[in-house]
Amino acid sequence: MTEQERNRKAFVSGVGGGIPIGLAYLVVGFTIGITCRNVGVAPVESALLSITSLASAGEYAGLTVIAADAAYAEIALITLIASARYLLMGCALSQRISPAMKFPWRFLIGYGITDEIFALSVMKPGYLNPFFSLGAILVSAPLWTLGTALGCILGDVLPPILLAAFSVALYGMFISIVVLPARNERAVLVCVLAGWLSSYLLAKWPVTAGLSEGTRTILLTVVIGVIVSLIFPYDSAAEDAVLSAAAEDPGRAADVGDGPPPGEEAVK
Amino acid sequence: MTHNVYLYILIAGLVTYLIRMLPLTLIRKPIRNRFIRSFLHYVPYVTLSVMTFPAILTATGSPLAGGIAMIAGVVSAWFGANSFVCAVVCSGTVFLLGLVL
Repeated sequence: MTEQERNRKAFVSGVGGGIPIGLAYLVVGFTIGITCRNVGVAPVESALLSITSLASAGEYAGLTVIAADAAYAEIALITLIASARYLLMGCALSQRISPAMKFPWRFLIGYGITDEIFALSVMKPGYLNPFFSLGAILVSAPLWTLGTALGCILGDVLPPILLAAFSVALYGMFISIVVLPARNERAVLVCVLAGWLSSYLLAKWPVTAGLSEGTRTILLTVVIGVIVSLIFPYDSAAEDAVLSAAAEDPGRAADVGDGPPPGEEAVK
Repeated sequence: MTHNVYLYILIAGLVTYLIRMLPLTLIRKPIRNRFIRSFLHYVPYVTLSVMTFPAILTATGSPLAGGIAMIAGVVSAWFGANSFVCAVVCSGTVFLLGLVL
């Protein structure tokens, strides 16, 4: 197989994997769009937010800051925290990139690090072919953006019962990301339960109820994250088990195993 | 609103992109500090949990529907539902309860 054929195959495989992801993004993006509308962000602005950030939790967290009309520093901080997991995924993915890969391709792969595309990418054997990322991004990012814009526009038109139903889709996505790892790893279970409980208490407690949602999120993430890290120092073997469990979960990502064998350079 | 929405969007996009791109361009070695590794590992689970609850209770206008949707989502995810299925389960629960309540 020539390099060109390999790249084409990787691209097609990326598109194939990107379709189910993109359909999910269309729905969840719609929820973000509804949030944008509630906050007073215009459809064009909501589309711009989604195409530039490409992050469900990050965008949602950012919107809580925009809603509060808070300082610019706060949106930087909350985005950093809500999307911190991408840093970890980037570190993991950096081990799967050919040392010879050019920087523009690295910039592209970086843009496409979302929970779903990452899960799809780390499953591929050998070095990651950037044409795979390109295919997955070209399908899923526009659908995410389209979903957001549609949610922002149609939020007014939809009957309240559908609006209510759509508005919890995003939370369903968040729940699915945390619950399965929580089942497999006790420390994560502690994180999740502590997160739910403390967030509820802080929202009800008169002293902290006045703080913005974003501020409470930052506060709790840092405090709980530090405490859990000290009590349960992270064991990389355990994480590998969780990662491979996620990769084996057929529902999480479609099977697209046809990457180049290890050691073979995907891109010169 | 006293702040510029486009500036908010620019900052959010820039921070998100740097988080994703820097490890791929700068970090060539695995992070060794155990505390930082632990913190990075646990942070997403805490953040996503904190943002889900109790916000889901106020999302639909009916705390009861939101709470039941959350339970339905947790149960389906516990038994392996992926993001899309879990989102549909939560939305479907709220929709059905909307017909009944």
